[in-house]
Amino acid sequence: MDKKKPNMSPVKVPMPEQAPDIRNRNYDEVALGYTLDMAIEEATRCLHCKHRPCVGGCPVNVQIPDFIEKIVTGEIEGAYQTIIETNSLPAVCGRVCPQENQCELVCVRGIKGEPVGIGRLERFAADWHFEHMEKQPEKPASNGHKVAIVGSGPAGLSCAGDLARLGYDVTVYESLHVAGGVLMYGIPEFRLPKSLVQTEIDQLKALGVKILTDHVIGRIMTLDELLEEEGYEAVFIGSGAGLPGFMHIPGENMNQVYSANEFLTRVNLMQAWRWPESATPINIGKRVAVIGGGNVAMDSARSAMRLGAKKVSIVYRRSEEELPARQEEAHHAKEEGIEFLMLNNPVEILGDEQGNVTGMRIIKMELGEPDHSGRRRPHPIPNSEYDIEVDTVIVAIGQSPNPLLRQTTPDLKSESWGGIITDENLLTSKAKVWAGGDAVTGAATVIQAMGAGKTAAASIHAYLTER
Amino acid sequence: MYTILNKKQLNPDTVQLDILAPKIAEKALPGQFIIFRVDEDGERVPLTIAGSDKKTGAVRIIFQTVGKSTLRLGDKNPGDSIASFVGPLGQPSELDEYKGKRVAVIGGGLGAAIAYPQAAYLHEIGAKVDIIAGFRTKELIILEEEMKAQSENYYLITDDGTSGRKGFVTNVLEDLIKEGNEYDLVLAIGPLVMMRAVANLTRPYGLKTIVSMNTIMVDGTGMCGCCRLTVGDEVKFSCVDGPDFDAHQVDFNEAIRRSVTYREQENHDREEEMKLHRCRVTGEVRHG
Repeated sequence: MDKKKPNMSPVKVPMPEQAPDIRNRNYDEVALGYTLDMAIEEATRCLHCKHRPCVGGCPVNVQIPDFIEKIVTGEIEGAYQTIIETNSLPAVCGRVCPQENQCELVCVRGIKGEPVGIGRLERFAADWHFEHMEKQPEKPASNGHKVAIVGSGPAGLSCAGDLARLGYDVTVYESLHVAGGVLMYGIPEFRLPKSLVQTEIDQLKALGVKILTDHVIGRIMTLDELLEEEGYEAVFIGSGAGLPGFMHIPGENMNQVYSANEFLTRVNLMQAWRWPESATPINIGKRVAVIGGGNVAMDSARSAMRLGAKKVSIVYRRSEEELPARQEEAHHAKEEGIEFLMLNNPVEILGDEQGNVTGMRIIKMELGEPDHSGRRRPHPIPNSEYDIEVDTVIVAIGQSPNPLLRQTTPDLKSESWGGIITDENLLTSKAKVWAGGDAVTGAATVIQAMGAGKTAAASIHAYLTER
Repeated sequence: MYTILNKKQLNPDTVQLDILAPKIAEKALPGQFIIFRVDEDGERVPLTIAGSDKKTGAVRIIFQTVGKSTLRLGDKNPGDSIASFVGPLGQPSELDEYKGKRVAVIGGGLGAAIAYPQAAYLHEIGAKVDIIAGFRTKELIILEEEMKAQSENYYLITDDGTSGRKGFVTNVLEDLIKEGNEYDLVLAIGPLVMMRAVANLTRPYGLKTIVSMNTIMVDGTGMCGCCRLTVGDEVKFSCVDGPDFDAHQVDFNEAIRRSVTYREQENHDREEEMKLHRCRVTGEVRHG
């Protein structure tokens, strides 16, 4: 390779985006992606350092400097092939991974200036591949072993992809009518286009992965039946964290109070934004309050704005510094006109006799000593309650693992808060059953779930070949 | 895709379909429900399972054609198929302990179709079952012969007195209780206001009463919380904690308020859908 001098610009090549006042009223993707020239320019910022810290920062160990080098030389398809050696969903990860806490956090360029835009380059390589792809990947030769996967979210798909590449006969069971899990029901179209998730899933199908939607494991079949009657030699559970949390404050069961799960599922999975063309309705008032400060809260607020709300406020009990959302998401939300009410905690949702929301009572908070998470614990300021006028409330304070499999599988051990207990190889207390992703850790990120799917795939492979 | 095997019009707006879903038929128990989607743009609608046959793999559903999705489902004929049919969902009814005991099963309107498999199950395990079936008017009566066959006594009542006694199911139950009939369980399934009235009637007697809560749902697997209701001091999800609940603990007023959350959109959809139906009748081009 021509050893050109690296591009020493201290900042990333900017990402083209839709203007905030345009995009906050449409459902098209916000970030538009690099052109080839932009990608090459950004790729030349990589120093190709010997110790490659970025690879260790990636939960699925993408060989980052290698794919970046291929972008520099214009071998974009080669860059894509390098990425998918370890990452089954590059177009997804390039968009929704919190790179700032992972690969880009440890990038040497980040010491003085901005790190290399690894996520943007990953997205570019994947988008380029899908645009220029002439044929689907070929199905590897079968090794004759059958594995079942419960849940088609990032953990399940990642596990399925790795096992399929090794020749396993993989069947993924999905409870909803669409595969993709949180990528389909949770993350909005404007951040992760659904057609793109479908394209990624189609790649896995081309590798031979079978996906059975409308199958609620635990109800239509138990784990024991999968192992004993359906002939699977191993099962991976990637059933996610689908159980919504509520505040347990008065008024929470009023009609226009949604869990973020319900709100986003109606909008993304059921396409309520297209009602009445799609059959599922949603009620969006003029003033919407979103309770919580994570990415799900940002997604909910930005979706509400796009659905026509006049004013959308994020109500969070700590300060902006503690916001669990990615900075980029909070930044985008602010640009789009979302109000941030920090150090505010709802104490009651107010309504009329028909159960319609009319307002929310909020108490102001202040930060005290750090708690077990290291963040300063918020305390209510006495007598600081005030009311705001809202007609829709979205509760986005977290999700916990779906209890259905635990309830229907007595020998599957779990934590008191619901997480399935596993060893370091993600094997559960039940023989031949592995678990990973949010079902084990509680709500986390797409890429952590994918990393878990990968770890489990390796462990299942080791088990089935060493047996 | 899930194929429709048989269809029967039970009354002018109530349809019975048998749908081929062998794995669900294998597992379905009384009290459980399914979620259907008619087509790719369809909403997810829960319906209680009205019966199932392990041999043929058929799952029976009975529904009123009152909204966009149920009108579309009601348009389907044997050989047609629908996009989704998911189940069996929810906790099965806990009925086995009533072997040899006396149970009053109350079905109001379409609720009769949901109560019927439970009554049949109770009858089969040797419970003494009295059925009280209430309908608005004579032409809406469904499953009369079937219910007579699965009960010791069958009491028919219509709001307008066009068939059977005139009045409401609670009138019959109240009389039966006052006449000295001692029930171990009352199972009431029907409109929310009917179930609330039954709960209010049996509460002073301390008579155990179970209701089946057919709330609005999206996923039906515990994921969205749309179906939540207050039971005693707790918030429960009808889809995974129910749909059966202790009638004396359910906050019916809240459930009734929540049930009309999408009334406006439902009315809009129904009107649009009815227009399409009229077009078909007059032979004009049908859209959608």
